[in-house]
Amino acid sequence: MNLKKVKESLNLEVIAGYNEEDKEVDGAYIGDLLSVVMSSANENNIWITIQTHLNIIAVATLVGTSCIIVAEGMEIDEETIKKANEINMPLFRSNLNSYRIACRLNDLGI
Amino acid sequence: MSHSLIKLEYEILENDFSRAGEASSNMKKMLTHLGINSKIIRKAAIVTYEAEMNIVIHSKGGKIFVTVSPECIEIVAKDKGPGIKDLDLAMQEGYSTAPNDVRELGFGAGMGLPNMRKFCDDFEILSSEGNETCVNMKIYLK
Repeated sequence: MNLKKVKESLNLEVIAGYNEEDKEVDGAYIGDLLSVVMSSANENNIWITIQTHLNIIAVATLVGTSCIIVAEGMEIDEETIKKANEINMPLFRSNLNSYRIACRLNDLGI
Repeated sequence: MSHSLIKLEYEILENDFSRAGEASSNMKKMLTHLGINSKIIRKAAIVTYEAEMNIVIHSKGGKIFVTVSPECIEIVAKDKGPGIKDLDLAMQEGYSTAPNDVRELGFGAGMGLPNMRKFCDDFEILSSEGNETCVNMKIYLK
C-alpha cells in the first residue's frame, strides 16, 4: 500500500515532508519511548506516536519508517516540522488516539 | 596487506537535543553508501543512536568514533564524565537516572545501555564515578 491511500483513508492532516505519494508502507508501530521504538519498529512502518519534539525525526530516519503520524492532535514543535521538510520525512497528524488510528489502519489491511 | 579503513568522528554536545541523532543519521547514510547489509546498518544505527543520546543526556559532552573495516564496524563512544556510579545497575533494562523533563520527551526508558549490548557483537564499557565513560562496540560484517 502507498502513503497516499493511507493519508486519504484516514483523512490525515499533512504537516510536513510529504513529497512522495507512492512511498510504500508496510505495517505500523505505536510507541512513545524512543529507545523502544528504535529497537522494535521496522523499516517502512507507519509510526504512530504522541511525541512531537525534534528527535522523533532522527528516530524515524534511523529506523527508516515510511512516515510519522502524531496522534491526539498534539501540538508539533516548529523545529520538528522544519527538519521533517528538510529530510522529506512525511509527518501527519490525526485527532484520533493511537489505538483508533491503528484500528483504521487495520481496516485498510495494514 | 593493509585494508582500507573508513574513520568517522563526531563531536557530541551536552544537552544538545537539537542536533541529537545527527551523528547516527550521518553514519547510517555513510554505511548505506558503502553498500553494507541493511540488517547490519540497523544494528549500527541503534547502538550509535543510544550512545549519542547517552552522551547528550548524561554527560558533559564527548565524541563518537566509527571505524569501518572489511571485518567490522567499530563504534567507540567516549565522554568527559561524570561517570557511572553503579555499572551493573545501569546495564539493567528499565533502570534510568534521566531527569523527568527528559523522560517526558520519550528518553530515559532505561533501555540505552541494554540496547547497545543487545545489538552489537562485542560490547565493553569502562566507567566509574567521577571519571569518563568509554563504550566500545563491534558489529561484525561477516
